[in-house]
Amino acid sequence: MNWAEFFNMGGHAFNIWGSYLLAFVILGLNVWLPLRKYRAQQRKLRQQHETTS
Amino acid sequence: MIFQKYAAPKYFYPLAGKCLPWFAWLTVLSLSAGLYLGLFVAPPDYQQGETVRIMFIHVPAAWMSMFVYAMMAGAAAIGLVWKIRLTDTFITASAAVGASFTLIALLTGSLWGKPMWGTWWVWDARLTSELILLFLYLGFMSLRSAIDDPRRASRAGAILLLIGVINLPVIHYSVEWWNTLHQPASVARIDGPRIHSSILTPLLIMAVAFKLFYINVVLIRMRSNILEDEADSRWLQEQGA
Repeated sequence: MNWAEFFNMGGHAFNIWGSYLLAFVILGLNVWLPLRKYRAQQRKLRQQHETTS
Repeated sequence: MIFQKYAAPKYFYPLAGKCLPWFAWLTVLSLSAGLYLGLFVAPPDYQQGETVRIMFIHVPAAWMSMFVYAMMAGAAAIGLVWKIRLTDTFITASAAVGASFTLIALLTGSLWGKPMWGTWWVWDARLTSELILLFLYLGFMSLRSAIDDPRRASRAGAILLLIGVINLPVIHYSVEWWNTLHQPASVARIDGPRIHSSILTPLLIMAVAFKLFYINVVLIRMRSNILEDEADSRWLQEQGA
């Protein structure tokens, strides 16, 4: 397979790779942001539990 | 009764935690398979050429935009009737990812429309009703955050969701009811799909991958919501977060 041809996508590289990139950035944020918040909550609660017990 | 048991945050929280790694791996696997088949194996379309590959993102995202909304509305109905707290946890965990799928469907549709139709956007029935779906999601989220009392916020949100359900059949049938640039359905048809299997297989695998992805996000966000609501609960102290 020819990689240059693959990335060129028949002249529609911008539209096709743009679609995939947008989708994965938006979906990535949907995992990353909630996970970051969740981990911070876990850390905070563990600290609280340690100080109270 | 087993449902009622696991609808209690105390049982749901650890259960969701146990399920998460499995769903995460299944998502990675199906996403890899779908991307491989869609980008490397599926042939270019005889009319659309390579741009047909946008479909593997666009169509599953559009399906998910409606699926997530239907799940939220269903949970809203259950919550109004049986007053199960977990339904509200589920609804608020779903809103942002549902809106994201809608946004992806609209953006990729625009990127696909430009080379195929010669325009980024037209105000036709399918595109407009999908845009209304995005506004329904955003309206729901701002309504929820505008009301301080959690009970009232949950009720008002549920009512908005149920009214908005009218938009779902409008989106689905828009391509039949009105003249539109958008092509009619080729998979969800009574007489069976009209796509060759080399294109249909990656499309369906991507659809499964997006569903699994949604489950992951919802489980993470539900656990996060539960931690917020139950921060002072005894079971959380005993079990550990």
